[in-house]
Amino acid sequence: MAIESSLRNMVIVLFAVCLVASAALGGIYTLTKEPIEAAQVAKTNSAIAAVVPEFDNNPSDSANVRVVDVDGAVSKVYVAKKGDEIVGYAIESSTSKGFSGNITIMVGFAPDGTIVNTSVISHAETPGLGAKIANPEDPFIVQFAGMNPGSPDFKLAVRKDGGNVDAITASTITSRAFCDAVNTAYKVFCKINESGEAQE
Amino acid sequence: MSKFGLITKGIIKENPTFALVLGMCPTIATTTSAINGLGMGLATTFVLILSNMLIAAVAPIIPAKIKIPSYIVIIASLVTVLQFVMQAYVPDLYATLGIFIPLIVVNCIILGRAEAFACKHSILDSAMDGIGIGLGFSLSLTVIGFVRELLGGLSIFGNRIAEGDGMLAFVLAPGGFLVLGYLMVLFRKVTKQ
Repeated sequence: MAIESSLRNMVIVLFAVCLVASAALGGIYTLTKEPIEAAQVAKTNSAIAAVVPEFDNNPSDSANVRVVDVDGAVSKVYVAKKGDEIVGYAIESSTSKGFSGNITIMVGFAPDGTIVNTSVISHAETPGLGAKIANPEDPFIVQFAGMNPGSPDFKLAVRKDGGNVDAITASTITSRAFCDAVNTAYKVFCKINESGEAQE
Repeated sequence: MSKFGLITKGIIKENPTFALVLGMCPTIATTTSAINGLGMGLATTFVLILSNMLIAAVAPIIPAKIKIPSYIVIIASLVTVLQFVMQAYVPDLYATLGIFIPLIVVNCIILGRAEAFACKHSILDSAMDGIGIGLGFSLSLTVIGFVRELLGGLSIFGNRIAEGDGMLAFVLAPGGFLVLGYLMVLFRKVTKQ
């Protein structure tokens, strides 16, 4: 039933198959490009809204995003404003110290450096153990809210390492990695505060 | 075989998970909850139906020596299309299934059906075969996911039914194999294979 496998036939057929396939892919890519970008922006926006107080600007608009480099790690800073006043900074930071793969989180700081809330953007931790960090109501996540990493009463490390953070049972590596990411975010916050950009 | 028979065959006699034991990698990896299993099953079904139909349509003009490369190009393109569409319209499910969507390309169920069925049958029969095998795969994944989620996370389709931690091992890979094994025994006992 199939046609003969001569070199000419094979070249023509494979070429035709690839041509049609790539044309179809190009078409679908163009069609879905905008919805994909919109979905990503919506995800970033909801992560920002979850970690800073109420705002009325558009923090993910490129005019409000700053890219800050601390110790070689690049973090994105989204500035949330209400009217002209800055109500908070949402800082996206990531760590490679997780149990499996990178953990990317969004940390919201009030202008005085207090953590408003944290939210996990992506992770690949073990389901049922480290993956608890993705649950915003988990006691581990809740304990960060209202703390200021700059104050002497709150050392940002798990208790095993002499800090004030209660680790998730059986997930010390994940908990450490989470603290590491929050620490990076705090360093970024300090950097933008020092350089005076915060007063903009 | 009747069109209806082609569908039921994929669910029972040639159930890809419990009878043919194909596609074990995504089976263990994505069945940590019933919803994930169902999502993976439906994504595979979508690719399977379309790839079966396309391959049945083009099979007569493909020279025998380049059958496999042509099929792989067709299947890979369909999976990429699926990936774009899922990213655009169901980003949450896409985030959960993540790496396993691109891996549908190398899921042996799809290439297996292309080789064993689609290239020798009509477009309509191939579509029925795709629906049957796809449904069989989706059902199996949902059942495995249901059991693992119930035992490991104490919830049904994401709704918690009790407080506490459940038996965590069932959410992890070892529990996946246990559930798969026991369900396979049960399936063979019931269908007397």
